[in-house]
Amino acid sequence: MNGTSTPAATTPRPESHARNWRGTGLGFVVKLLLMGVVNAFGISVILSAWSAQSWVILGASVVLLAVANWVYFARRTVPLKYLLPGLVFLFVFQIFTLGYTGYVAFTNYGTGHAGSMQQAVDAALIQDERRLPGAADYPLAVVTQGDTVGFAINDDGVVKVGTSEQALAITEGATVSDAGLPVEVPGWTVVPRAELLTNTEMANTVTSMRVPVSAEASDGSVRTREGSKASIYSSRLTWDEQAQTLTNSETGTVYSATDRGNFVGDDGSTLPAGWYVNVGFDNFVRAVSDTSLAGPLLQVSWWTFAFALGSVVISFGVGLGFALIYNDERVKGRKLIRTLLILPYAFPAFMSALLWRGMLNPEFGIVNDLFFGGASIGWLQDPWLARGAVLFVNVWLSYPYWFLVCTGALQALPADTLEAATLDGAGKWRRFQSVVLPLLLVSTAPLAISSFAFSFNNFTIIYMLSEGGPFFAGNQARLGATDILISAIYKISGVSGGVADYGLASALSIVVFVIIGVISAVAFRQTRKLEEYQ
Amino acid sequence: MRKLLLGAVALSSAALLAACGGAATPTTATTTEGTTTATTGTTAPAPAGSDATIVIWTDAEREGVIKAQAERYTADTGANVTVVQKNFEDLRNDFIAQVPTGEGPDITIGAHDWLGALVTAGVVDSVDLGDRAAEFEKVALDAMTYDGQLYAMPYSMETVALIQNTDMVGTEAPATWDEMIQRGKEAAGAERPFVITTNGETGDGYYMYGFQTSFDAPVFVQDSSGSYTSEVGMKGAPGEAFAQWLYDNGSKGTGYLSTTIDYDINNELFSTGKVPFTVQGPWSIPSYADINVVVNPIPSAGPSPAGPFVGVQGFYLSSQSANPLLAQDFLMNYLGTEEGQRALYEADPRLPALTVIGESVADDPIIAGFLASAQNGVPMPSIPEMGAVWDFWNAAESQIINGAEPKATWNTMITNLEASLAG
Repeated sequence: MNGTSTPAATTPRPESHARNWRGTGLGFVVKLLLMGVVNAFGISVILSAWSAQSWVILGASVVLLAVANWVYFARRTVPLKYLLPGLVFLFVFQIFTLGYTGYVAFTNYGTGHAGSMQQAVDAALIQDERRLPGAADYPLAVVTQGDTVGFAINDDGVVKVGTSEQALAITEGATVSDAGLPVEVPGWTVVPRAELLTNTEMANTVTSMRVPVSAEASDGSVRTREGSKASIYSSRLTWDEQAQTLTNSETGTVYSATDRGNFVGDDGSTLPAGWYVNVGFDNFVRAVSDTSLAGPLLQVSWWTFAFALGSVVISFGVGLGFALIYNDERVKGRKLIRTLLILPYAFPAFMSALLWRGMLNPEFGIVNDLFFGGASIGWLQDPWLARGAVLFVNVWLSYPYWFLVCTGALQALPADTLEAATLDGAGKWRRFQSVVLPLLLVSTAPLAISSFAFSFNNFTIIYMLSEGGPFFAGNQARLGATDILISAIYKISGVSGGVADYGLASALSIVVFVIIGVISAVAFRQTRKLEEYQ
Repeated sequence: MRKLLLGAVALSSAALLAACGGAATPTTATTTEGTTTATTGTTAPAPAGSDATIVIWTDAEREGVIKAQAERYTADTGANVTVVQKNFEDLRNDFIAQVPTGEGPDITIGAHDWLGALVTAGVVDSVDLGDRAAEFEKVALDAMTYDGQLYAMPYSMETVALIQNTDMVGTEAPATWDEMIQRGKEAAGAERPFVITTNGETGDGYYMYGFQTSFDAPVFVQDSSGSYTSEVGMKGAPGEAFAQWLYDNGSKGTGYLSTTIDYDINNELFSTGKVPFTVQGPWSIPSYADINVVVNPIPSAGPSPAGPFVGVQGFYLSSQSANPLLAQDFLMNYLGTEEGQRALYEADPRLPALTVIGESVADDPIIAGFLASAQNGVPMPSIPEMGAVWDFWNAAESQIINGAEPKATWNTMITNLEASLAG
């Protein structure tokens, strides 16, 4: 029973405080300042997005900023004034991330498909342009004649000048410095090096300029990289923007753009750099149909469920057990013991995992030395022992959480209910089974669900403790007996090896998200039944 | 009222914007490279004048010295250099992800084995050392070369070598595995003759590779120019012989190789004089402060000399740099000069790639030992296919050391690897 059903007719509806606003109080000034900060931040984001040409971010920030101003300066939007910050965080950190992952899942974004088509063309041209065998280094000066930019090179004491249209030609009467750099060229103005370094426009003209050595294209062209030294290079590839093809003039191979984001030659060869394209449901199809993935992933899936469920049930049991024991007032030094019990929870999980990895070492580890008489038990070698070890360490890490939660919940149990049960003649076990546990579950079940979801995606412990090993014998997907879905995704996506397939990884992440979402939704529905006890 | 409100908002935001103008001014001229024509590499509309800026990514160890070079450059030329520090492990993926968006740096420090991924992603520009190429160690240049094109200015090398405790086994290098084991067994106080890291159950093909190459079983076949092809080289009889050797010395054999050894345990055993021989890199030398060590080439376990992997670090240029001229200039005429490379060496001593510096520090026996080992070595493959190798390869070695049937395990690994490479 709560206040929502209070008859509205008997008491007048309280006036919204926005309506009684009569002037500029301190609150208004504070609001104005805060909104000033928000607007300044918003506008700076909008300007950055504008100059970076990120239109999606630009649009979203404009809308968000407009909404924020409307909500906080309009009078009718009182509920929204409270809800907006939460909604914005939801949008920025949840929905945007989710949407972006969803977008990537439908592309082939990853190593080899990292940028745009134009960038792939740039890369192909860069990779193709080679220094001519035996070409020397020539001292170079950048020269101008009105708007025309040219190169003056010192070829063994002879100064030659050319532009991108005009092949190199010998120029008489030029002088060179001690270092060999042309300093005066008749008819041309030498660009001082300081200007070249600070004038980005000029610098970019210079680095993209190619001066033909002669009328013969096969003689190559002169380019400079840092503006004081030149050499002769030649390119085989030419880019035809209309046809979207790169043609190799030497072999005659024509590389055309495919809808998979690669340049494929008519001889079947592929240029290294590609670009990312939409591939539809391919990544999802691959995740379930690739036989080398499907088998190991099935094994990984059942272990993920077992691991997550086991972690929650066992650590809940252990935590509840300790909580019951140390909730008894007859235990001496309860506070100290409780503090000590919480310690594993206070360590960073990744450090504990690494420590346990060392302690479980068959030869040097303390576990075998102390508890198994120095026997050489390969805790992380055998699939079942490794699964047990991973589960044990995770329970060790997470039972203090349940100990804390259950201790709190036990102390909040209604004393009169327990007393009534005692008066009715219920024994200890009966009281625990019929009163304490059900009441406890009401408050802890939602936490158990979130704990399940956390264990389901507990990458840290798997990666730090066993790296997913021991590996399946003869497995093709590089997965192992203790891999859970999230560590399997990490391995399959190849991020660690430097050859990442973000598209596939995103698709698999979405599958895991859907699994977790469905389980959580069903489980939360089930917990409603528990509320009948209250 | 509303007008007044709007005015107040505008005023306050303007004031705030002005106050934090530096931070709010966005970096312009980053993403519009897309519109150039065929013959040009990259041009971008960038702000003219003294706004010329290049950004360099580095890790913490090299940050100080690169900053010093950057300040020298700014003083000489007036161009700004921004040095950004990142985790070394993050640099590769961040570089691949950020360069296409225009948010990437102009120069990044990096390892040579990233090269294949960087080339495939199209994010790296070529580099031309010109006549200076002869000044660098050949293995360093080979490592930074991909399909005949040089993509980075190499600056340091690293490799593993045999490190021995001179108080236990003297300074003389053992020529073969058997000789090393024999001497290790006879050494006073040795708990085991030899120790090598397997990274626990994960396996570690990197440390083991010197022994593998002594069986003529390279990961990938090298072509005549030294470039790696995508043809797996460790299959067939040589690979099986190496697998058999792993098995014979694993848990079901002599036990000299064990998956209980990880990096820290290795250092612990060796530095406390319990083991006379280990295979380690220069990075573990600081933990041997209490013992006398010499560094020798890895002994051969098979018919050929042992050639460990050589890793090379250097500086990569972004293919989408907004100011390639400045970046090239800073790279060639500051970081790449003898002065610049010496400063890098002194800030963080690694095996120098510039031969003249290598010669000048050769009186340090540790450096000389690792250099000798590097000269025997082969560059770690930088082709993108290598990314798929590690997990299969490490796992198979670890399984064989733990007593799995060697030939079958090795051949299954090869089959899976080839299937994975085929796509």
